Amino acid sequence: MKKLIALLLSAVMVLSLAACSSSKPSTTTPDNSQGSSSTSTDNNTAPAADSNFKVGVVLVGDENEGYTYAHIDGIKKAAAANGLKDDQIVWFYSIGEDETCYDKCIDCVEQGCKLVITNSYGHQTYCEQAAKENPNVQFVAMTGDTALKSGLSNFSNAFNQTYQSRYVSGIVAGLKVKELLDNGKLSDKNYDANGNIKIGYVGAYPYAEVVSGYTGFYLGIKSIVPNVAMEVSYTNSWFDITAEQTTAEMLIADGCVIIGQHADSTGAPTACENANKAGTVVYSVGYNVDMLSVAPTAALTSSTNDWSVYYNYAIKTALAGGDIATDWSEGYETGAVGITTLGSSCAAGTKEAVDKAEADIKAGTLHVFDINTFTVGGQKITSTFCFDSDGDFVYDQVEAIKDGYYDESKYISAPSFSLRIDGITEMN
Amino acid sequence: MTKANLAHDPLIRISKREDIPMWKSWLVRIIGLLLALVVSGIVIVCITHINPFMVFAKMASGSFGSWIKNTNAAGETVEVLTISTKRIWVTIRDIMTLLCISVGLAPAFAMKFWNVGAEGQVLVGGIATVACMKYFTGLPTIVLVLVMIVVSMLAGAIWGFFPGFFKAHWNTNETLFTLMMNYIAIQITSFMVAVWENPPGSNSVGVINRNDQYGWLPSLFSDVPNKDFGWNVIIVLIVTVAVFIYLRYSKQGYEISVVGDSVNTARYAGIRVKKVYIRTMAISGAICGLAGFVAVSGASHTISTSTAGGRGFTAIIVAWLAKFNTFTMILISALLVVLDKGASEIASSYGINEYVSQIITGIILFFLLGSEFFINYQLKFRHNKGAEPPAAKPVQAPAANTDNEDKEANE
Repeated sequence: MKKLIALLLSAVMVLSLAACSSSKPSTTTPDNSQGSSSTSTDNNTAPAADSNFKVGVVLVGDENEGYTYAHIDGIKKAAAANGLKDDQIVWFYSIGEDETCYDKCIDCVEQGCKLVITNSYGHQTYCEQAAKENPNVQFVAMTGDTALKSGLSNFSNAFNQTYQSRYVSGIVAGLKVKELLDNGKLSDKNYDANGNIKIGYVGAYPYAEVVSGYTGFYLGIKSIVPNVAMEVSYTNSWFDITAEQTTAEMLIADGCVIIGQHADSTGAPTACENANKAGTVVYSVGYNVDMLSVAPTAALTSSTNDWSVYYNYAIKTALAGGDIATDWSEGYETGAVGITTLGSSCAAGTKEAVDKAEADIKAGTLHVFDINTFTVGGQKITSTFCFDSDGDFVYDQVEAIKDGYYDESKYISAPSFSLRIDGITEMN
Repeated sequence: MTKANLAHDPLIRISKREDIPMWKSWLVRIIGLLLALVVSGIVIVCITHINPFMVFAKMASGSFGSWIKNTNAAGETVEVLTISTKRIWVTIRDIMTLLCISVGLAPAFAMKFWNVGAEGQVLVGGIATVACMKYFTGLPTIVLVLVMIVVSMLAGAIWGFFPGFFKAHWNTNETLFTLMMNYIAIQITSFMVAVWENPPGSNSVGVINRNDQYGWLPSLFSDVPNKDFGWNVIIVLIVTVAVFIYLRYSKQGYEISVVGDSVNTARYAGIRVKKVYIRTMAISGAICGLAGFVAVSGASHTISTSTAGGRGFTAIIVAWLAKFNTFTMILISALLVVLDKGASEIASSYGINEYVSQIITGIILFFLLGSEFFINYQLKFRHNKGAEPPAAKPVQAPAANTDNEDKEANE
């Protein structure tokens, strides 16, 4: 027996030694050389980054989850553009929205990070706590909304102006509705009692971020087809395939011809594709990722974010020793938002209409929340606040409307538009 | 040897060891640990193709420092092990929380009462602590801390009382009962998270009182909170010593061990078994509740279902490996926490999925628990010289513990 164990042990040792000797070169060379060669060739702004500069990244999920994947992708692009090597980024995956987030932020600092990024809304208080204790390190709580109030110079928030791309995806949907209308594809079931065509929306939570998004989407459709009404149903989860699918099925059964979504899974597009195959007239507009793989017929497009625009700015600023803006928000003008490839079901002329809308938004001639395009309780809104100063979750400061439009994400980067406009009904 | 003999005499027989010298039992454990490292080394190589020795070095250092890449004078990148006080304190903090829960399990386990409800008892203790932090405003720190300790222990005691009471009066199965109580506690926690959610939509309570640090256990060596976790150490060590003394030298501790060994004997000796059940479970729950206080006020300053984070179950492993000796628990808790820190360190520094490192932790635990088997039992081979006479008892797998349970069940 002893002999057998000894034999086994020695075999194992030999194996592991052999393996490590063979693995050694592979761990050191390819990634680094790739990183440095790409930076030296296709980047001229920051050829040689400070090799002691490190970025810490605390993520709520991992690369298997769409939302986090988009952030990982953005950070990797931004790091490459700024000449950072792989080992200059400290990654923490699947960190819950609890004290572990604080622990990991602190750990990033201990490992010498000068910039620490957390990517989920629920991370922000833990991130803020770490920022408070480490004034020499810059912290960014992505999609958060407390930096402005925190009074900390090293703690900031950032949020893309996603409502813009939602509006554009609304135009895509509107053109499809118009095509269906012109071709006589709509039945009585698709109209509500007031003669409006029904649109459905699978929302995650009844919060401003979602409200801002679906209002933008609705106004986009409305800019093409005036008589539309939207039904919003919440799943109370950012990611729940089953709930999103059943919610979408419910909306489809109710006669909705377009299903938009502010939830991260492929549940709603799948429901649309199934219904579409079964002969129901319904199309899907997704979020974050291209849904054509799961809904080749039903998917029109998805509104999406390119986080690398922000991460590029943040890393560049931190590298140069500058202060990152407390609240950062950009949209079409810098390419931070967009829509994915148009599906084959899109109406003719969609591409041109999208290009024009995007150009107008960039030029500042088209405003998504133009006060002439919507009413609340039958009234035009000419004044409203967008900032909650005392933490009671009711806006009590800062005028949001200027020059005839609600200036979303201007004062504070996180979406603030939470007016419930006419034509949209919350189902639950 | 005849064919018939072969059929009757199995190749390997397992028999219980009478006694094993201390050095031998530790030798078995060390061999177990080495084997675990070898096996996890193979796994690391197979899955990640990374030098396993570097992985172990990083794993070992994960609890007290990190390897930071620096460029030296010659322009080469070298990895330097940098000790981090903060990391050491975080490791100590986590050891203390796990230790506190394990110590809480000790009285119940010594009574052979399988309290698997520590998770829930920790959570209710944590909820009670958060409630104090939120609603008992304006108290001086020392008063508030004492109030939080009492309230959290009370909450835990209530959570322990019910399984004890039901076991005492209706002989309910305590494992199932305490397990079910966990789910209730977890749901209550989720509910309270929704009530205390801050900011709304974050699905998280956030750092509580982060402006005035009200209700935070202060640092021992500094005025800045979160700088060290000295008070956690003091509180938990006091409990550890107290429980050790309680179990070993007090009359109640003696009653517990008698009840644990044989309920009938206890009854015959005039011990009121029902009372011992209820009292011991209340004490067990109270200490776990205190662990909830330590975890919330002393560490996380928030509450979520991950406040207990499975540590209520890990503590069962700690308590078992330590044979319910609270001082040995310090070592075992330290080992498990260090392993855990090491796992997340290699996950982050190699950019590999955290699950890979959890596999490694699992392998190490498997071997450690497995070595206990070889300490308690021995394998006898057919060709062993001086084998026991053929009439020797065959395989006797169930240990003494099960014997006792049988007795209890027969009551």
